[in-house]
Amino acid sequence: MMSTSFKRVIRNALMSFWRNGMVSVATVLVMVLAILMIGSLIMFQVLLDATLAEIKEKVDVSAYFKQDTSEVEILRVQERLRQLPEVREVTYVSQDEALALFKGRHKDNALISSALDELEENPLRAILRIRATDQQNYEPIARFLENGGFDSFDKIDYRKNEALFKRIESVISFTYSVGLGVTSVLGFIAFLVAFNTIRLAIYTSREEISIMRLVGASTWYVRGPFLVEGVIHGFLSSVISMLIFWPATLWVGPRVKDFFGGVDLFSFYTQNLFLFFFTLFMAGITIGVFSSFVATRRYLKI
Amino acid sequence: MIYFDNVSKIYSGNSVAVEDVSFTVEPQEFVSVVGQSGSGKSTLIKLLLAEERPSAGTVYFQSLDVHNLSRSEIPFVRRKIGTVFQDFRLLPQKTAYENVAFALEAAGKEDDEIASDVPHILDLVGLSDKMDFFPHELSGGQQQRVAIARALVNRPEVVIADEPTGNLDPLNTWEIIRLLGKINELGTTVILATHDKDIIDTIGKRVITLEDGKVVRDEKRGRYIL
Repeated sequence: MMSTSFKRVIRNALMSFWRNGMVSVATVLVMVLAILMIGSLIMFQVLLDATLAEIKEKVDVSAYFKQDTSEVEILRVQERLRQLPEVREVTYVSQDEALALFKGRHKDNALISSALDELEENPLRAILRIRATDQQNYEPIARFLENGGFDSFDKIDYRKNEALFKRIESVISFTYSVGLGVTSVLGFIAFLVAFNTIRLAIYTSREEISIMRLVGASTWYVRGPFLVEGVIHGFLSSVISMLIFWPATLWVGPRVKDFFGGVDLFSFYTQNLFLFFFTLFMAGITIGVFSSFVATRRYLKI
Repeated sequence: MIYFDNVSKIYSGNSVAVEDVSFTVEPQEFVSVVGQSGSGKSTLIKLLLAEERPSAGTVYFQSLDVHNLSRSEIPFVRRKIGTVFQDFRLLPQKTAYENVAFALEAAGKEDDEIASDVPHILDLVGLSDKMDFFPHELSGGQQQRVAIARALVNRPEVVIADEPTGNLDPLNTWEIIRLLGKINELGTTVILATHDKDIIDTIGKRVITLEDGKVVRDEKRGRYIL
């Protein structure tokens, strides 16, 4: 009995989807637009995350030691720093390594190379490069280095870069909140458009709904096919959207990567194919079923 | 079987559709409800089908207070009442066969029962050759016969026809009335709402006359008098 009704509900949904051809196509197309929008917003978020993470990765504090500081002393400071909870990573760059790096950077410049060769001793200083666990932790780390009773430091470049750090920090948090705000607003608009399209489609069926009720159909027997149609709409529109995203990310991906230097959207698409589809599919079904549920409620009151 | 107990229906404002109506319909009766447009005929039918709620009074169907039922119980009452409307009210996306079958499917009947009952009932109303036609491919008279088939297919105890001939030509009108008479002879209660004088005078059965929402006459072998 239960399974008979269920079978009939599905059959009625498929039949109604097929016989209302134009309305079904129009609904699916509008939902494709909505889901493309949602998918693009996910892509945008991924891009933003990757870019911001990369910028953050480039930020560090360098502590320069005086020329005559012993390596033992430097390693002692490094150990002290490692024990701080704010510190993620401390890299020791010895004087020799610093020189090699410097030479490497200027290997095409004959003047600098020959000037270095003139010098008898290494003019470069040993460095500790410090990465904090979080953006906000650079300030306390710098304070620790300045007031920790170390006298071996020549200079700490945090103060020099402080203004820049602060600026990057505020840009990052601003971009994040703006991105989130824009995403939610656009997502909501996309949802409203799809919601109203479905409502309009069901509005044309209001007479049929009342007839079904008067013939003695239960609420769920009448509503069921509309909900199943919502699932069909959601499924089809997410599949179509996925098919559109493939060439779209293939084209956009490398261009965006060149510009932002973050991730390649096409490789994001291929690597997360299933999860991405599942997200869009769930979004489609939610829009389809929720809209159908709300739209039928009003005409089922009979 | 059907009992209207001091029923009034006042729509928003003070538009009175039905006022203080009481009458009883016995099993297997053929009752005509007559009156001009706006006299309250359709409202009475909507009240019986629980499509509208009364402002006062109670409507009983087989000793059940129709408006005291939960929303999930109402369909069970409606399956015992076959309804036929002036505007046919067929499902436009379904064929004649599917329209009739829908009433059985909604009532949870088995597939083999549906497959044998639907052609049988369509044959009864003379449409066995039009089963796969959509409503828009049928004439008004044929559509109304599909609607009657749908009303009958659940073997209801009452058939209610609200101006069933209002959109039909005289020939089709008499077809439909004859069909309703036949249904009644087979033991089903029939309630016919109409304002067609010729029909009422020919049938010669019980007539309830409504005027401005009140029952002004209730006669065993009535005529159309206004």
